This record gives sequence, structure tokens and C-alpha cells, in this order.
Amino acid sequence: MLKSERKGESVTELLEVQKLSKVYPNGTRALSEVSFSVTPGEFAVIVGRSGAGKSTLMRCINRLAESTSGEVLLEGGSVTGLSNNDLRRARKKMGFVFQQFNLVKRISALQNVLCGRMVDMPVLTSCFRRFSKQERQVALECLERVGLGDKAAQRADTLSGGQQQRVAIARALAQRPSMILADEPVASLDPESAKVVMDTLRSLANEEGYAVLCNLHQVNLADRYADRILGIREGELVLDGKKGDLGSAEIESVYGAEAQEALR
Amino acid sequence: MSSKSPGLPKTGGSGSLRRALKFLGLVLIGAFLVQSMLAVQFSPVVFAQGLPDLVNLVGRMFPPSLEVVPDVALASLETLQMAVVGTIIAALLSVPLAFLAAQNIAPSAILYHVSRSIIIFTRAIPDLIFALIFVAAVGLGPFPGTLALAISSIGMLGKLYAEAIEEIDFGQVEALRSTGSHPLQTLAFGVVPQVTPAIIGMTLYRWDINIRNSVVLGLVGAGGIGFQLLTSMRLFQYPEVLTIIIFVFVIILAVERVSSSIRERLI
Ligand SMILES: Nc1ncnc2c1ncn2[C@@H]1O[C@H](COP(=O)(O)OP(=O)(O)OP(=O)(O)O)[C@@H](O)[C@H]1O
Ligand SMILES: [Mg+2]
Repeated sequence: MLKSERKGESVTELLEVQKLSKVYPNGTRALSEVSFSVTPGEFAVIVGRSGAGKSTLMRCINRLAESTSGEVLLEGGSVTGLSNNDLRRARKKMGFVFQQFNLVKRISALQNVLCGRMVDMPVLTSCFRRFSKQERQVALECLERVGLGDKAAQRADTLSGGQQQRVAIARALAQRPSMILADEPVASLDPESAKVVMDTLRSLANEEGYAVLCNLHQVNLADRYADRILGIREGELVLDGKKGDLGSAEIESVYGAEAQEALR
Repeated sequence: MSSKSPGLPKTGGSGSLRRALKFLGLVLIGAFLVQSMLAVQFSPVVFAQGLPDLVNLVGRMFPPSLEVVPDVALASLETLQMAVVGTIIAALLSVPLAFLAAQNIAPSAILYHVSRSIIIFTRAIPDLIFALIFVAAVGLGPFPGTLALAISSIGMLGKLYAEAIEEIDFGQVEALRSTGSHPLQTLAFGVVPQVTPAIIGMTLYRWDINIRNSVVLGLVGAGGIGFQLLTSMRLFQYPEVLTIIIFVFVIILAVERVSSSIRERLI
């Protein structure tokens, strides 16, 4: 159902990032003219060492942070110039998954997923947590999609880290987005939970046609899951290649002297 | 702070000058303390001389008057109600103020400064002064007292609420924003659940304080058991005074118990 909704569109580039730059108010140049694009169904992974600008890039795409120059196009329309309601509509199309999950701790898993549907709900009733049966049904389906249908009523902060991150993915899915941005989604998880989360993200891309753009700092994970790898170093895009292309020279171009460490 | 011009290198001269200034400062503070003792006519002798009268006064309070118990009970209820209503009004006004005055989520710079100013202003003026003004404006009784409690509580509650909001995990706010939620939805889900326990706890704490304050406010005619105390003192009805003091004691202890047990359950 989610898939068919998007099938009608015939835009090949779902996301286009054009010469995106970001200088923080304190003078840090976090991004320098980064350009790339992502197509539907593609699992693109951004790698780079700590401080390279990966999070900044993600946050500038959905405007949690404001870029200094450059442009972001989603489905052919500019995201960069939008404000208020138009920006909210654009954000709805890009589910965002955080390293720290960022669930609302004191409400249930289902209510957290319902947060992903806020754009289309009446503001006041939703603020008082009055949700229609239909909305609840959609949210429940999203929870079932990540294998947590039985945890719907459980308070978010009583779930394990891996379960919380899957609820966060369900929240993103509830937005009925065309792409998912994931900023180090497994950095706070044990290897087993990390695998479940990464498998879920990959199947969303490869089987259901979402574009997934995912930050990782472990090269081996990137190598295992990515269709395409983008490398960032000191705010510049230094690598853009297919999965198989990742040789030691490429890794060194991204990680510099720490290349061997990154491989471990 | 220092009066030196910025370009000059440090010299031995400026070091000894600083020491001299420090010494002068200490002498001034000492002199001020001595003068203050004189000014308040602090005198152990006078206190000792008054001691027999004090004992005598306490003696005349016994036994406490039972006749006034119904009146005092009613006045106690009034005090309790003044504190409840005053605290609730203050909380209802402080919550929106705090949302405007919290640096991390303030929607506009102008509203931020306006609400900060209101909070600072109501904090700076003691509730007794508000009570005197309101008694003058609307007459004797519990209403001016309740108003005074409400207004003077805004200063503390607004400040504490705003601080609680500033300490939230901002990731939850960003998560709501990233879904495209309306700012009100972001507030309702990203902020409110995180600060509710703190807000309830602080409000109960202020209620506790307001019980004490409302006794004092009664002394300027603003209703409740304090007003009763004032009347009995003026009429030299010391046994009644003792009954009132016992009631005050019991109310304050009871409220403290209730509010701390609710707060414990919230954490
Ligand atoms: N709010 C901010 N203000 C100033 N500088 C910032 C801010 N956020 C990030 N930076 C700086 O921008 C650069 C890029 O940071 P960013 O968080 O995007 O890196 P990252 O690649 O996500 O790193 P990590 O792997 O550690 O998460 C860093 O030098 C960082 O110090
Ligand atoms: Mg990061």
C-alpha cells in the first residue's frame, strides 16, 4: 500500500543535494559544497570519521539545521526555501531516525508511532491524545512492520534499545515518507539489535522502494549493507561509489591515517 | 572591574594598591556591621529584662480556648482554600509564561523578554506588599490575600518551570519537528511529558509555602487564620491565640506531609 502510493511518480532522483555548505555561527565549516543524489529504492550510506559532518548533512537536508548555501530538492521541489506548513509537509516525506532514538519516553509505543502522523491530524485534538481509530490502525500496522505489534501498549522507556529504535523506524514509516534519513541508527546498540535494525532499513529500501540515506561510522557495516557509499571528510564529499568499489585507497581517502582503525 | 587602562603591564605598585583596597573594604564592612547592631538596638540586657514578661504571656495563654475552636477551624479552612486557589491561579498563569520564557523553546525574542520581565517583577516584590495593595484596593477578606498569593507565586513558579523546560532532552523536540508536527503538537509531545512531573512537584511545594504565607497575609487583613490571630491578639485573648497557634502548627505539618508524599510518588 505504501509502495503503490509512490509508484505513480516518475522522478528518478528522489533527493538531490546541490552544493550544500554549512558554516556554524562559531565559524566551524562543517560542509563544503556537497552534491549528490539518491534514487528510490537505494540504500545509500554516508561514512566518515567523527566530526566529518555526517550529522550536519542529514540535519541540513530536513532543515533541523539551516544550511549556509546550496540547495536540497526532494521529488524535484526545493526544500531549502520552504517555511512553516510547506516545510512541515516536506519533513513528513523524510522520516528521520536518530542515534538516540528520541522517543517520547512517558507515552506508549503506539502513541510514539502516532507522532509520525501528526501532520495530517487536527492540531488540538491530537495535542490531547485523541486519535481516530483509523490513525491508530495505521500506526499499529507500522509497528507490526518492524515486528513490534505486541508492544503497542508498552511505555516507550521500558523497551530495550533495539526495540526503541524499531519503534522510531515505525514512527518514520507512519509519516508515509518517500525516504528515510538515519543518523547513526545503530551506534547505541549491541551487535544483535544493530543487525535487526540494519536489516529492517535495508528491506525498506530494497523491497519496499524507500530511499534510505544512512550515516554510519563503521566501514564494515557500510560495506555489508550499502548499495552505494558516500564518503565525507572534513565537510567535503570525497567518495561516491558503488558497494564493491570500496578498496583500501578509497577508505584511506575518507579516513586518512585512521583508516586501519575504521576497518576494525 | 579594575580601573587600570588595558594596555599597561602589571607592576608591583598595582599589587600593593589592590591589597590596600581590600583592607579598606574589610574595615568598611566591619564598621557597617557594628553600626547595624547599634541601629537595631541589639541588646541582651533588654531581652533579659523582657523575659519574665514573655513567660508571663505564655502562662496567660493556658489553657487554650475551646470556645473558639469552631471559628478557628473555619478560618483554617479559609487559609487552606486561599492557598489552594492562589497556587492554582499562579500555576495556570505561570505555565504559559514559562513556555515563553524558556530559552530553548521560546517562540519569539520579544515575548521571551516580556515574560522574563513579568517573572522577575513578581519575584522582586514581597507578597506582603501585594497583600497591602490589594487590601487597600478591594477591602479586607480572603480575596485580596488569594490574589497576593497568586501574583507573588508567579515569580517563583514561572522561574522554576522555565528552568525545568530548559533542562529537557531536546532530542525529543527534534524528533517531533522531524515528523513535520505543528509547533503545538511538538510542545504537547516533545516538551509537556518531560516537564509534567517537575511542574506538579514544584506546584505542590509552592502550595506548602503559600499555606505559611497566607497565615502572615492574614495579619494585614487579608483573611484566613492570620486575620483571626490578629483580632485575638488585639483583644488580649491569649487562650484564643494559643488555640490558633496550635491550629497553624497542625495545618502546616499536615500540608507538608501531604505534598511531600504526593511528590515522592511522582518521582
Ligand atoms: N551546533 C554546532 N555548533 C558549532 N559547531 C558544530 C555544531 N554541531 C557540529 N559542529 C561541528 O561541525 C563539525 C561536523 O559535526 P557533525 O556532528 O556533523 O559530525 P559527524 O560526522 O556527525 O560526527 P560524529 O560521527 O561524531 O557524529 C564538527 O567539527 C563539529 O564540531
Ligand atoms: Mg554525528
